[in-house]
Amino acid sequence: MKLGYYPGCTLKTKAANLEVAALAALDRLGIETTELDRWNCCGAVFSLADDDLIHQVAPIRNLIRAAQQGCDTVVTICSQCYNTLARANKLVREDDEKRDTLNLFMREEPDYNGEVEVVHYLSLLRDRVGWEKLREAVTNPLTGLKVAPFYGCTLVRPLEVAVDAVDHTILEGFISALGAEPASFSAARECCGAYQMIAHPEEGMKRAAKVIAAANHSGADALILSCPLCEYNLGTRQGDVVAAHSGLDQVPTFYFTQLLGVALGLDPELCRLDLSGPAARTLLTERKYIAAATA
Amino acid sequence: MDTATLTEKVAAKTVPIYIMGKKYEVPDALTIMKAMEYAGYQYIRGCGCRGGVCGACATVYRKAGDYKIYTGLACQTVVEPDMYLTQIPFYPANRAVYDYETAEPTPETVYKLYPELFRCVACNACTKVCPMDVEVLDYISALKRGDLKAAAEISFDCIQCGLCASRCMGEMAQYHIAQLARRLQGGKLAPKAQHLDKMCGDIEGGAFTGMLGDLKSMSVDELKKVYTAREMEPHMGADEWTPASSHGLA
Amino acid sequence: MASIPSPIHPDNLRAVRKIAEISGQNVYECMQCGTCSAVCPMVESMGFTTRQGIHYLQFGEVEAVIDARIGEFCASCQTCLVRCPRGIDVPRVFEAVRQLVLRTNTDLVVLKDIPKDTLAEAPQIAFVATFRKLTS
Repeated sequence: MKLGYYPGCTLKTKAANLEVAALAALDRLGIETTELDRWNCCGAVFSLADDDLIHQVAPIRNLIRAAQQGCDTVVTICSQCYNTLARANKLVREDDEKRDTLNLFMREEPDYNGEVEVVHYLSLLRDRVGWEKLREAVTNPLTGLKVAPFYGCTLVRPLEVAVDAVDHTILEGFISALGAEPASFSAARECCGAYQMIAHPEEGMKRAAKVIAAANHSGADALILSCPLCEYNLGTRQGDVVAAHSGLDQVPTFYFTQLLGVALGLDPELCRLDLSGPAARTLLTERKYIAAATA
Repeated sequence: MDTATLTEKVAAKTVPIYIMGKKYEVPDALTIMKAMEYAGYQYIRGCGCRGGVCGACATVYRKAGDYKIYTGLACQTVVEPDMYLTQIPFYPANRAVYDYETAEPTPETVYKLYPELFRCVACNACTKVCPMDVEVLDYISALKRGDLKAAAEISFDCIQCGLCASRCMGEMAQYHIAQLARRLQGGKLAPKAQHLDKMCGDIEGGAFTGMLGDLKSMSVDELKKVYTAREMEPHMGADEWTPASSHGLA
Repeated sequence: MASIPSPIHPDNLRAVRKIAEISGQNVYECMQCGTCSAVCPMVESMGFTTRQGIHYLQFGEVEAVIDARIGEFCASCQTCLVRCPRGIDVPRVFEAVRQLVLRTNTDLVVLKDIPKDTLAEAPQIAFVATFRKLTS
C-alpha cells in the first residue's frame, strides 16, 4: 500500500522551503511517496464545536482521496495540516453517527471509515528510518550548530495526536542525528501567536517576542520550526518583533527539513533558502555548512 | 412522414410543472425557457443568448418528493413532470475594483483583492450546483495553493451564472475570482499567440484599410450585390480550402 | 443540570446549556485552580483570565465572557486542555462562546481592514486559520 503525501496550500508557494528539501530527503533515505491527486485545503484548524460537521468535510475529503488512490498512510510536513487531518480522522474513527452524517453529506464521494493513517514527517523519519540510520546518512554533519527545537502547538497537542506523546525528545533526537546540538529551550512548546498575528497583530507580536527571547536565552544559533504560520510569526515578522520589543536579538529560523537537506548533503538549492530570511543563508555559509553562493 | 399529408392535429404530450409555485401543463419536449413562455411569461430579464453560453437563465428546481436541489440553464434544460422551479436572475456578488494594466500576475493579487477566498470550507456546494459541470472547488483550491494556471484552466467553461456564489458558505463570488485568475493567466502569463500579434500588426500596418474604405464608400445596393457574390467556403468541400482571393491577407 | 437548585437566572441557564451542548463540557467540574490562566499565552490580552471566564460561565454570565473577548484572543494553542487537572476541554468551552457570537452572523475580524501588504505577505495558512476561527 502506498504512502501518500499531503502538502497543504502553503507548501506549494510561500513555504516551498518546507517541502522541497523534505521530499528530496525522503528520496535519499529510500522512502517512496506520491503526492495526493486532487487534494484540497484541509482547513488548517480542527473545529472544536461538537455540532459542527461542515468544517470536518475539508480534511475528510482529503483522506477520501488518499483511500481512493490506494494509500494506507498519508504523511504531511506542515504541523497544522497534520493536526487537522489526524484529529478529523480520529473523529470519524470514534464517532459512528458523525461518520455516517459526513458520508451521507458527501454523497458525491465514496464513503470513508477511517481506513487511512495520518502521520507527521518527523514520526515517519523516526519510525521508518530511525535516528541511527539517519545519522549514518548524514554526510555533512552540522557540528557546532546549537539549535533551539520549537515544537509549537499543533505538533504536540492534544495528546492523542502528539508526535512527542511517547518520545518526549523527538525533535532533540532529530537535531542530534544531524550532528547539531539541541539547545535547552524553555519556550519549546509555547504558542508563537498563531493567527493572532493577523487578527490582533500587537498581541501576536508579544507572543513571538517571548519565543524569540527564550531562543536568545538558550544561546541557540538557530531556531527550527515545522509550521508555516510559526515561520511567518517568528521568521518573516522577526524584524518587526525585534524592533517593537527591546532586548531581543535576531536569530535565524529554519524549517527542520531545510537543515535535514543540508546535513544530508543535498543540493542547497533544494533547501529554498531564498524563501527564508537572509540570516538563514548567512549562518549556513559562515559556518561553512554550505558553500557561499556564487554571484 | 410528409407533413403536407397530415390531416389530424396531433396534440403534444404535456407535463405539469410548477413555476414559482403555480402549476402549468406544458408540452414535454420544451425547454424550461420555452415552457415558461408557453405558459405566458414574458422574459424581460433572465434571458440572454438562448444558446447555453451567457449564463443569464440559471434556474434552480426540485422534483416532487426529492430533497435535492437541481440546477440547469433554462434555455438548455428540458422540463420534467412535477418540476418545481424558480429563476435567480441576479445574485449579489462582490466584485473587486482593480486596474488590470498594472495588476501583477501573481496569486497575491488575487489574495489582496479577494481575501474571502480563504473562507472556503471545501463543502463542495459550488461544484454540485454548477450547470456547466465546472469543478469549482478544484479551482478555488488551486488558487489557495497559488496555482493561477490550473485555476484558469479548470474554470474555463464558467459562464458567470452566479449559482456558485448563491450557495457558497464562505460567501465569496467564485466566478469573479476565477475571472481575475483567467485574466491574469491568459493576458499576462500564458505565451502570446504569435499569429495574433502578426495579424494585429498587419491591421495596424494598413493591410485592410483599402478594402474597408472601398466597402464604406459603397451604396446599400452595391453592398448587397457584393455580399451575395462573396466567396464562401463550400458546404461539402474538401478538408482543406483556401479562398481564391487573398484581399490583403499576407 | 436543570435539576440542580440554582440561584442562576433561567435565561443564563439556557446559555450555559447551549455552551454545554456545543462544547460537550461541564463547566461545573472546574475547581478554579487557575492552571489554565497560568499557561494561557494570550491571557494578558483578555478582559479577565481564563479561569475567571470559566467561573463566570458557572454563573451563566455568558455576556461578560463575550465582552472580555476571551474567545477572540484565544490562539487555540490547546495548552489549557493538556494541563487542566480535571480534564476539562477548555478550548472547546471557549470555542462554544465564540460560536455564540459567530452564529449571529457576526465576524470577529474585519476582512477589509487587513492591510494589503499582509494579504500579500502572510502564508495562506494564516488566513485560512484566522477566518475559520474568527469569521462566521
